[in-house]
Amino acid sequence: MTAILTVRGLDARIGGQQVVEDVSLDVAEHGVTALLGRNGVGKSSTIKALLGLTERTGVVTFAGERIDGLLTHRIVQRGIAYVPEDREVFGGLTVEENLRLAERAGAPNRAIIAELFPELLERAKQQAGTLSGGQQQMVSLSRALMNENRLLLVDEPTKGLAPRIVGTVTTALEAAAERTPMLLVEQNLQVVRALAHTVVVLSGGRVVHTGPATAFLDSDLVHRHLGVSTDQEAA
Amino acid sequence: MTTVLLLLITGVGLGALYFLVASGLSLIYGLMGVLNFAHGSFLTLAGFLGWEVGRRVGDGSWAGLLVGMLVGLVVGALVAAITELVFIRALYERHIEQVLVTVGLGLASVALFEGIWGTDPIQIRLPEWLGQTTDVLGANIPNDRWLLIGSAALVLVLIVLFLQRTSYGLVIRAGVENRTMVTALGIDVRRAFTVVFAIGGAAAGLGGVLASVYYGQVGAHQGTSLLIYAFIVTVIGGLGSLSGAAIASVLVAVIQQFANFYLGGTGDLAVVLALAAVLLVRPTGLMGKVTH
Ligand SMILES: Nc1ncnc2c1ncn2[C@@H]1O[C@H](COP(=O)(O)OP(=O)(O)OP(=O)(O)O)[C@@H](O)[C@H]1O
Ligand SMILES: [Mg+2]
Repeated sequence: MTAILTVRGLDARIGGQQVVEDVSLDVAEHGVTALLGRNGVGKSSTIKALLGLTERTGVVTFAGERIDGLLTHRIVQRGIAYVPEDREVFGGLTVEENLRLAERAGAPNRAIIAELFPELLERAKQQAGTLSGGQQQMVSLSRALMNENRLLLVDEPTKGLAPRIVGTVTTALEAAAERTPMLLVEQNLQVVRALAHTVVVLSGGRVVHTGPATAFLDSDLVHRHLGVSTDQEAA
Repeated sequence: MTTVLLLLITGVGLGALYFLVASGLSLIYGLMGVLNFAHGSFLTLAGFLGWEVGRRVGDGSWAGLLVGMLVGLVVGALVAAITELVFIRALYERHIEQVLVTVGLGLASVALFEGIWGTDPIQIRLPEWLGQTTDVLGANIPNDRWLLIGSAALVLVLIVLFLQRTSYGLVIRAGVENRTMVTALGIDVRRAFTVVFAIGGAAAGLGGVLASVYYGQVGAHQGTSLLIYAFIVTVIGGLGSLSGAAIASVLVAVIQQFANFYLGGTGDLAVVLALAAVLLVRPTGLMGKVTH
């Protein structure tokens, strides 16, 4: 399969410290590519580097165009939506203001919010900071999914959420992935199994494994690289 | 009682002046993380140019003063916007360099103003009514205080409306909270930087003309001395908080007036002590966010 995003030799530093080292990976132009690894290996930093949110060097090509020298807003304007690790909704703004702010040029699809997260509509005037964690994640996902995107960068969307909300979020991502390719960071391996066709595994800021998702999840590489056993995952 | 009232209203009038400077400082810091040491220069230049134009329209007349205030607003906005576009933008996200540039501009501009208008303050003529007083429950309140208070209140209302009702206002409010995430939504936050500089500059520019009304003179150092109080106000109010700046402006000025009158001219000391007290008890300021 061809790639929508190719990354070659990506280095990223935060406060002078190298957190991503010589990372090369491809995001397929269809479906979900999962970026895995233990805590602190540099998954979030890799995504931030792609978006120009950290200092970075290396070659990043998106749909045939180099984007590693662009400012963040220009990268996003090319159709790359970002759902950050800790949701990062604007707590002082209302739900509606959060959504309005995120509307990009083109034809934002507000109907998709009613479809995926109907409960957000009743809370349009509520301050986002007073929403539950799950509701904040719905806002964060809506901000991304209502735009016309060509790539989604989604960082731990189910982190800290109750099982019911994990289901809602997974369903929403599954629907999104049918239309838009996605690079997904996710610790919940059941979610990875449900969504991803390919995995890229990081360790110490470097890529240590790339391959089909199911084969990886069924092998003992899961234990070696992620420190969990496949049994635990089934539980 | 009449003394208390006089000190109170005079304090609020001085607070209005502080607010016109501090509002922009606080917004600029809140959005961009830059303490703008050139802010006083916007004020001084607007004060001089407002006076120069105003006296040609009608020295000591209301028309002259109103035109002067308008000139002050426009000059402040333009100079601030140009400062942002030329100096600050080139140093995008390099906060220490940005602050150093504003320090340099602040120092150099005072020398320039001295070169043009001299080192001594120039006495100015004002509409007669402003030099008279109004009796409020027995206290004789200098009329210029009403002009200051009314103007600052209007500026406060306009800025709040701008922040609440416009799309730029939305970007600014969001950016004060989390600038990085604003850019990650595909928004060029640098445009909001220019807007915030222009708004802050306009308020400071109006403040420059009103400062000349308050002191009865224009001078090359007017901005610098007000800037110090505005910084204190901004920190006490909470960096980035407009309402904090409004409350702290009045608080600082009133404390200053009372200490000057009742504690033998210790107004400045009282202000510094208030600053220390707030920093000890609430390091983020009265209305400041805990995290930034
Ligand atoms: N702002 C920062 N300042 C200093 N170090 C940082 C910062 N952000 C991340 N790091 C470091 O960079 C490394 C990679 O962090 P990153 O957040 O990318 O990991 P991660 O794989 O996303 O982890 P997690 O699974 O816990 O989300 C870590 O060692 C972390 O301590
Ligand atoms: Mg992470």
